[in-house]
Amino acid sequence: MTATTARRRSRGLRQWSGQAGWTVLAWAVAIVFFIPVLWMVLTAFKPESAAETWPPKFIFTPTLSEFRLAVTGMGPFLTHSIIATVGSTILVLLLAVPAAYALSVRPVKHWRDGLFFFISTKMLPIVAAIGPLYVIALHAHLLDSIVLMIILYTAMNLPLAIWMIRSFMLEVPGELLEAARLDGAGRIREMGSVILPMISPGLVSTALICVIFAWNELFLAINLTVTNAATLPMFLISSVPQEGLFIAHLCAAATIASIPVVIVGWIAQRSLVRGLSMGAIK
Amino acid sequence: MTVIEDLAPPPKVAVERRAASRREGWLRRLPLLPALIYTIVVTQIPFVVTLWYSFQSYFWDQPGGAHFTGLSNYREVFTNPTFRGSLVRSVVMTATAVIVAMILGVALAVLLDRKFFGRGVVRTLIITPFLVMPAAAALVWASPMLDPNFGLLNYLLAPFGVGHVAWLSTHALGSVIVVMIWQWTPFMTLIVLAGLQSQPAETLEAAKVDGAGAFATFRELTLPYLRPYIELGILLGSIYLVNVFDAVRLMTNGGPGTSTTNLPFFLYQEVNNAFDVGGAAAAGVVIVFLTIIVATFALRLFARVFQFEEAR
Repeated sequence: MTATTARRRSRGLRQWSGQAGWTVLAWAVAIVFFIPVLWMVLTAFKPESAAETWPPKFIFTPTLSEFRLAVTGMGPFLTHSIIATVGSTILVLLLAVPAAYALSVRPVKHWRDGLFFFISTKMLPIVAAIGPLYVIALHAHLLDSIVLMIILYTAMNLPLAIWMIRSFMLEVPGELLEAARLDGAGRIREMGSVILPMISPGLVSTALICVIFAWNELFLAINLTVTNAATLPMFLISSVPQEGLFIAHLCAAATIASIPVVIVGWIAQRSLVRGLSMGAIK
Repeated sequence: MTVIEDLAPPPKVAVERRAASRREGWLRRLPLLPALIYTIVVTQIPFVVTLWYSFQSYFWDQPGGAHFTGLSNYREVFTNPTFRGSLVRSVVMTATAVIVAMILGVALAVLLDRKFFGRGVVRTLIITPFLVMPAAAALVWASPMLDPNFGLLNYLLAPFGVGHVAWLSTHALGSVIVVMIWQWTPFMTLIVLAGLQSQPAETLEAAKVDGAGAFATFRELTLPYLRPYIELGILLGSIYLVNVFDAVRLMTNGGPGTSTTNLPFFLYQEVNNAFDVGGAAAAGVVIVFLTIIVATFALRLFARVFQFEEAR
């Protein structure tokens, strides 16, 4: 009797200590991964003189002066980023929803080829065409324009969105569509009153994924914009001067530029997986 | 009589049906067309133009425009050691980063699959590196983290006997790869974790009842189950990581020398510093051909991994 309780107690203890071990390990790993982000945010609150010291300072009087400085120079870049991101995301959804419909609900004959065509464009490295892209933009008078950025970011995110939205549309129960058809609903009404309401959470998470990729994009921006359409990543680059102290300033700018997407990503954690796997993983 | 009958117009119903089915075909194609045309125009035309320019000599800082030069751009590309170097480096960087990130991703996913205190917060912290703007991350790693004089990493490693190491001069390639791994491990973790959480609990219970150890269960049951998830993660990770530009441009600017120059950075330099549109185009065509070879396999993998749900 006492032996069993003792054994039970020791098993409970082992379980508990195992649990504690896992908890400590998980937190340690999380902190290791998070340190660079934490350091960025912490440094952003430092006065410039406290940012480049040895040993690094962990205790200091926090100041918002670098944030204030960063915000003042950021205006146009922020505007360009918002217009390019929102504009391209809306365009992506407008193009992707009908396309996904034609690849799932009432599929075209070669829907499989269609799907593969879209995904294959993601595999073609856009970097390979950057020189000619520059020349095309130059002749089309689109160089350094937000319109160009919207056009390219739309093309960049469209395949992803089509795959993802298609996976949501396949989840709409067939009986519902059947019932709507029996009621005499045409394609437009079928889309408007059955499909769209059912996949609207899916559309939101698709939009979030598009926002993340467009917001963070640098390669196209650095090659094809100068001032009129330069986005936030470009602002970050400009915040690194050739000489002088700049670390706190850089960290403040980097924090502000990253925050929108970090928060969007935190909120959308659940749908992140589905978006990143293009709808393959539910 | 029969002849006349044969010459008679086909029954009206059949014509109507054929017309109706053609109409139906177009009604089905119609919603696809805008996206299809858009994608063809925006993503395929630049490549056609790239092909065209790859046979032209065109420096946009010089007057005179483009003229035909035959294969000389290609000859230059294949004899250019920087191009070959950056090709090899792209492969090395992508492969190393993808494999290490996947191994870490599996480990972290196993960790996150357990119940423990603050699991949601831990998960949130771990995915954050993936969400931080890559340009911001690269710049923060370049100076505040890796600076030899005041960088945080040297301070954290000081107890292990590390001095003021100038990581970006002495271990440039390794540093860039570490940052790539840091950013992409969360991606792998999320995908593998989704796989782990979809694994039916009964099989694991059964293994436990049969007396299988935790490690044996993982190797014999879980890992094979995770295989499509791991393949998908590797495939998607490679698609994105082969294009890594921000970390190279902002941490090392391709250097020291060309020691961290990968293909995207090489092309960026061709266009922005050498103004050589023709040369960049020829390099681009070569890259596209190599990509097509790899992508053919990748697409086959895709088809298998996705195990297509039939459209209705």
